[in-house]
Amino acid sequence: MTEHITSVRTYLLVFIALMILTAVTVLVAFQDFGAWNDVVALTIAVIKASLVVLFFMHIYHSTRLSKLVVVSGLVWLVILIGLTLSDYLSRGLVGLASS
Amino acid sequence: MSAEATTNLPRRVNYLNVDHGVKSWLLTKDHKRIAILYLVSISFFFAIGGLMASLIRLELATPAGDLVQADVYNRLFTAHGVIMIFLFLIPSIPAVLGNFLIPIMIGAKDLAFPKLNLASWYVYNLGAALMMWALLRGGADTGWTFYTPYSSMYANSEVILTALGAFIVGFSSIMTGLNFIVTIHRMRAPGLTWFRLPLFVWAHYATSLIQVLGTPVVAIAILLVAAERLLHIGIFDPAVGGDPVLFQHLFWFYSHPAVYIMILPSMGVMSELVTAFSRKRIFGYRFVAFSSLAIAVLGFLVWGHHLFVSSQSILAGVIFSVLTMLVAVPSAVKVFNWTATLYKGSISWETPMLYAIGYVGLFVIGGLTGTMLATLGFDIHVHDTYFVVAHFHYIMVGGAVMGYLGGLHFWWPKITGRLYPAFWSKISALLIFVGFNLTFFPQFVVGYLGMPRRYHAYPEEFQVLNVLSSAGATVLAVGYILPTIYFIWSMRYGERAGANPWGAYGLEWQIPSPPPTHNFEEKPVVTTEAYDYYTLKEKRVA
Ligand code: HEM
Ligand SMILES: [Cu+2]
Repeated sequence: MTEHITSVRTYLLVFIALMILTAVTVLVAFQDFGAWNDVVALTIAVIKASLVVLFFMHIYHSTRLSKLVVVSGLVWLVILIGLTLSDYLSRGLVGLASS
Repeated sequence: MSAEATTNLPRRVNYLNVDHGVKSWLLTKDHKRIAILYLVSISFFFAIGGLMASLIRLELATPAGDLVQADVYNRLFTAHGVIMIFLFLIPSIPAVLGNFLIPIMIGAKDLAFPKLNLASWYVYNLGAALMMWALLRGGADTGWTFYTPYSSMYANSEVILTALGAFIVGFSSIMTGLNFIVTIHRMRAPGLTWFRLPLFVWAHYATSLIQVLGTPVVAIAILLVAAERLLHIGIFDPAVGGDPVLFQHLFWFYSHPAVYIMILPSMGVMSELVTAFSRKRIFGYRFVAFSSLAIAVLGFLVWGHHLFVSSQSILAGVIFSVLTMLVAVPSAVKVFNWTATLYKGSISWETPMLYAIGYVGLFVIGGLTGTMLATLGFDIHVHDTYFVVAHFHYIMVGGAVMGYLGGLHFWWPKITGRLYPAFWSKISALLIFVGFNLTFFPQFVVGYLGMPRRYHAYPEEFQVLNVLSSAGATVLAVGYILPTIYFIWSMRYGERAGANPWGAYGLEWQIPSPPPTHNFEEKPVVTTEAYDYYTLKEKRVA
């Protein structure tokens, strides 16, 4: 296994991208997209998080095992949110719980 | 006893006598010494937690709430739960037996990150110290579950300190898990393929996955409670759009899997004991190995069974009820396979085997009552009664603690190089089995009859069952004190154990007792499957 050395250039580019996206986050916060507000904010956040994980945390050039670890973390997050939502989204379905 | 016993010269250098003095222990990076450090810490907290339990049972010997006030009682059962779960059961088998044995079982010199291993012990003690400080200031009164909104808005006790302690101890658990995962992936001896690993290692691998994937969630949930108390950010407060049930989701997302952190390692111990004392390979190795992984994964899909009556939606209740039934399947696979391993084995009734056989019976009762509780309708009747208390004690004490003690009795000669008195250890195993059933079986009955948990007083009609339970707890206490005495006694006066006093199979039995610091003189090469007792026998005869 050889260590991949990320160039300073890449770090700088990623950093600039993160800064720009932060500015975008602030800008869109002043716009009202109605129901899409959350979607827009979360999309930007996910892009930023991915950049950090892939480059700053070196996953882009890591072994398959490391990638698997990251992906399982995400899958577990989906389980946590998904099954919790199975409660929240269905509280109105059968009267009792929400009445 | 095997013939190897005599080949062990008394003055050999081993991990215990290689170095002396407090510093050599507190700064050690040897996984075996760190295991001993953990053993000392968790035994101390087991004693404190046990003391709380004694006070609880003493109060419940009479229907009137006369020994302690309601508020003190709340603090007692909270301290009991928090200490037993976070400071004893979660670290018990992994941090002591796992730490000691995993590197040896896979033919390595140490864990992958020895310093991280030592750090985990310090982090554990830091968290534990915070909890003890909280306790001295009066402790928390929320129960080990820290439910909101009581914990976040109303409780007038040391919730933040206690929760912070649990938060910190969680990190030591993550460190241990991480260390095990990397070690098992990267440091196996040549020839030791995944399917030649002892099942003890498989069980710890599955446990480590839970520790790494689950613990961060409870850490954040606990931190949110603290933030809510201090800053009132409102995440659990409906008045400002929050939701108290959200806490229960976050808490049980970890804490149901956490019950498997407690039971899986003991299942690993069981597979070692059952094979060693019936001199047979395990029945269905791959099923037992994969059932550990299945339990680890499925365990994350069932947390909602704690929320059946917490205003969780009915649809979610049904989903979680069905998913919960699924997790009983891999648990049952293990029980059937251990039993099948006994079939036609040449069984010997040494002390560890007594614990193992007791374990099977108690775990089956605990697991089956769990499946009863998973049934929505039944749970609504018995939720928050002593039925639930009995269920989880059958698994956590009847299962996990019995497994821990069985394992400790099995590997004690390896750890210390000494044998303990066979007669007294059998007596203690017997006392624990009888005392345990006497303590907790009546709780199933009294719970089914409607006695709620977490009250210091109860109606007169429940007294007989409660007195039985308190009497059982006394027997149980004797059963726990006895090993403490003869284990300590054996360290000085016990007969010297050979390398392999049980004639068992596995790398740990091929090195001297106690092992040298680097475990192996030369790196072992593994050419056989685990539990190859047949070949072992042939070799003996030849
Ligand atoms: C066969 C698998 C199991 C099933 C189906 C099962 C099911 C359940 C259910 C449905 C409850 C909720 C009862 C209620 O609060 O009304 C419960 C509670 C509990 N179970 Fe289990 N369980 C299983 C295994 C375990 C294991 C292995 C442990 C521990 C090592 C455990 C420890 C607990 C604890 C601590 C509680 C109560 C938590 C509290 O409210 O304080 N269970 N179980
Ligand atoms: Cu559960």
